[in-house]
Amino acid sequence: MSQESLLLKNARVIDPFSKTDAIGSVLVNKGEVSFFSQDQELPTASQEIELSGKWLVPGLIDMHVHLREPGEEYKETIVSGAKAAVAGGFTAIACMPNTTPPTDNQQAVTLILQKAAQADAKIYPVGTISKGIQGSEIAEFGEMQEAGAVAFSDDGRPVSNSQLMRRAMEYGLNYGATLISHSEELSLCHKGAMNEGNWSTRLGLRGIPRAAEEIAVYRDLALANYTGCPLHLAHISTKESVSLIRRAKKKGWPVTSETAPHYFSLTEEAIGQYDTYAKMNPPLRTQEDVDAIKEGLKDGTIDVIATDHAPHSDLEKTLEFDMAANGIIGLETAVSLTLNLVREEIISAAKMVELLSMNPAKILGVDGGKLFEGGAADITVIDPERTYTYTRENVVSKSKNSPFLDWDFTGKSVLTIVAGRVVFNDL
Amino acid sequence: MTTHRFQHKHVISLRDFSPEDIDLVLQVAESFKEISTRSIKKVPTLRGKTIINLFFEPSTRTKLSFEIAAKRMSADTFNISASTSSAKKGESLVDTARNLEAMNPDIIIIRHSSSGVPYLLANNIKSSIINAGDGTHEHPSQALLDMMTVKENKGTLAGLKVAIIGDITHSRVAHSNIIGFSKMGADVHVAGPSTLIPPGIEKIGATPHLSINNAVKDADVVMALRIQKERQEDPLFPSLREYATFFGVSRKTLQFAKPDALVMHPGPINRGIEMTADIADGSQSVILEQVTNGVAIRMALLYLIMGGEGGA
Repeated sequence: MSQESLLLKNARVIDPFSKTDAIGSVLVNKGEVSFFSQDQELPTASQEIELSGKWLVPGLIDMHVHLREPGEEYKETIVSGAKAAVAGGFTAIACMPNTTPPTDNQQAVTLILQKAAQADAKIYPVGTISKGIQGSEIAEFGEMQEAGAVAFSDDGRPVSNSQLMRRAMEYGLNYGATLISHSEELSLCHKGAMNEGNWSTRLGLRGIPRAAEEIAVYRDLALANYTGCPLHLAHISTKESVSLIRRAKKKGWPVTSETAPHYFSLTEEAIGQYDTYAKMNPPLRTQEDVDAIKEGLKDGTIDVIATDHAPHSDLEKTLEFDMAANGIIGLETAVSLTLNLVREEIISAAKMVELLSMNPAKILGVDGGKLFEGGAADITVIDPERTYTYTRENVVSKSKNSPFLDWDFTGKSVLTIVAGRVVFNDL
Repeated sequence: MTTHRFQHKHVISLRDFSPEDIDLVLQVAESFKEISTRSIKKVPTLRGKTIINLFFEPSTRTKLSFEIAAKRMSADTFNISASTSSAKKGESLVDTARNLEAMNPDIIIIRHSSSGVPYLLANNIKSSIINAGDGTHEHPSQALLDMMTVKENKGTLAGLKVAIIGDITHSRVAHSNIIGFSKMGADVHVAGPSTLIPPGIEKIGATPHLSINNAVKDADVVMALRIQKERQEDPLFPSLREYATFFGVSRKTLQFAKPDALVMHPGPINRGIEMTADIADGSQSVILEQVTNGVAIRMALLYLIMGGEGGA
């Protein structure tokens, strides 16, 4: 923690937790964050930064990131991923356990947190649901949680065995665990490479029907209702999934959900002539789905925008489309893509902060997600008017697999403060 | 002869071809066809050009057809038969292609089991690329030779009804034919087990039918597709016997088509499954004409890609 005090002046301060949305200044002093309205006299501080025209919000939290360490450090490490995170405005990230070996025990969680001490962003490890992500035995939730795991997921693969999912949910109740589900019925998408429909036919690629997600989403919703275990549905991509979640929430089932920026920004047509940077799982869908995802974000059916940041090198991506790896990086483009929704008036600026900060903090049960009253001195500053082109040379992540390369954007994160310390400055 | 100029560096998808392009290829192919009937079946047109056949899938007739076409034009040809599994052992496809490129070929003819591979090559190396079949995407030279065969027999393509029967989902031949024939003004209909009719086929330009009799009703062309026996991981239909009974093209099926309908098949035929033997060998069959025209079409493509003029 910095010993210096920092005064952030004349920003639009948006903190949905305290229902603040006002022009003012924020003092960060010894981990305490306090607000000064325009009429108040400002305190002196060792450092002052003028932020008129910018948004000052609680540090953004990406609850779905693949950091590839241990095992595939050539794609991303904990330190390099955290650099990409703070460049994208995220002060904290939750890392998925499908590393090599997977984060399926206490020592693995501890190792990640040791490495995380060197990282610019806060790192929250997610442990596996099943030992070795093999889908047959429940992993040690209690021990992993003691070591610092914030949730459990076999993400990258579904828990195909329904009995195992049910038992994991029941067992998770003892620890107040949240399970994050990668909901996919694998038998429906054997070797599928993209959404099944007009475009898979046109490109001659094996399809993944939307039903593969929806069947599994319903199974997981039904099990959450049956067991009472809090369930968070990862990377929702289809219209009917949104309807199913909406219905479950109406009935009071213990469910939250997330989508990723690409699911409200792109359709399957982005694959164009077999662009493997537009290949991920779940796959990009249709305009109808994009519209439904936006509606779900607007009405609260979807609680979180998370990136599913999935770094891959050219070794995995400059390949035949059906052989290329699934996944795209997302940490550095999430803010800009979400700002598009604010400009389209689909969501408000405050709602954006809920989706990217307050709600993920609440679901993971971690500090942050708010500026004041025990906020963590984690702050993100966004310039909604800054224009830039996202080029391959500008990518901070070790991997460059983004379908948004060479896109022109308006609005980005320009200043990131973690625990009172400036870790990224592009003012 | 037309004055239309052929502007394509690659032949990957018929989607990139205008009706004028297709007309030109067919005309040039017609003019080359005679070469294959000479006692000395060789012209010097492509002397000094290097053509590589890069085949990642087993192929007899397509590879041979391209090779004969190239040799009759006096190009030097080289065949590489690779398996996709050897690529898994280390060298990526792009690396393989770059190594070939370093030897300065003019044209690489590629066949591969993954859809889109010709684009991957075209984006990474400088040679011209001809798609000799990529996954379940396209097989443009096959569709061109099919169109040539139909045009020779019917005098035109516009206004014809073309029925394609069988595994539409996994057939790159069907995809290219649907695109090509509909570009030329023909009306394309498809039928087969619904498990083998892909979603959105009408967007590509074909009208799907549940009954093959409806698909072939008043058709000028009836084309059956090879049924792949080796797709066992996906339960697509119960037995070849039932397939032959309900989806095989037979004398009975042909009664619904026009009396002078052409019978076509891209080969190799599973006789008695997708087509009865009497039909395959019958008077309406143009299956061997398709093979003959294949050489002429491929000569035309090689010639045009290398900058040949329309009035060859």
